[in-house]
Amino acid sequence: MVPLSYYLILSALLFSIGTVGVLVRRNPLQMFMSIELMWNAVNLSFITFARQYTNMAGHVFVFLVITVAAAEVAIGLAIIVVVFRTREHADVDELNAMKG
Amino acid sequence: MVSTVVFWLAAAVAIVGAGGVLLAKHPVHSALSLVLNLAALGVLFLLLHAEFLAVVEILVYAGAVMVLFLFVVTLLMAGTKTPRDEGRFRLAYQYLLAGLFGLILFVLVAHALVGADWMSSLAATNAGGSFGSIAAFGTALFTKYLLPFELTAVVLLVAVIGVIFLGREHGATRK
Repeated sequence: MVPLSYYLILSALLFSIGTVGVLVRRNPLQMFMSIELMWNAVNLSFITFARQYTNMAGHVFVFLVITVAAAEVAIGLAIIVVVFRTREHADVDELNAMKG
Repeated sequence: MVSTVVFWLAAAVAIVGAGGVLLAKHPVHSALSLVLNLAALGVLFLLLHAEFLAVVEILVYAGAVMVLFLFVVTLLMAGTKTPRDEGRFRLAYQYLLAGLFGLILFVLVAHALVGADWMSSLAATNAGGSFGSIAAFGTALFTKYLLPFELTAVVLLVAVIGVIFLGREHGATRK
């Protein structure tokens, strides 16, 4: 049985990789995927703590997080599609006006 | 013993997948790396007695959400050159700074999670009987946490309405 702190360190590592992805990538789709990485890193630590305290609240919270993440992906991708429709490139640095 | 091997394998696959998301040139490769990462996380969830969530992770995340991602990627990126990452607004030393920041963040978060006093008792108590089973999860979800569960219906409804609103043909802004 691996110590549960290893899971937490893995979770911190995945979260950091996701953060670096958001900072480095300029393609909105890849930034979005990095954010998904961060969601899931947090889910992993939730489940680790639920396991440590044998408390189902962590599982329920992860379930809610997955639901919110799915809604966020649907809306975010719809926004990206609308942005792509009006511009040729989708470089987030060039998106500096709210008006399409 | 077996679970130790499985943990290290799944952790390695998860890190490789995360690195793929970070480094892949084309969004399709990023998306496929993310699927790898999510599948490995599903295995880790299973190791932590989160049976239902392991299945949800594979079905909803690696399945539904990533299909949505791949659909949008193929819709938008078809025929275009791989999107460049060298915009006019790129900061000097952006990779170096981002890597440094990520390293600092990792050290801080890992220290906060593992270094605190209350972690000293983290000796993996034996999971009692029904912990993590689908029955226990369902009982918690439909009794104690019924209201948050019902509210997710509102969240999903908002998402559906929002996507329909964004996806409509707008006469004013059509090119």
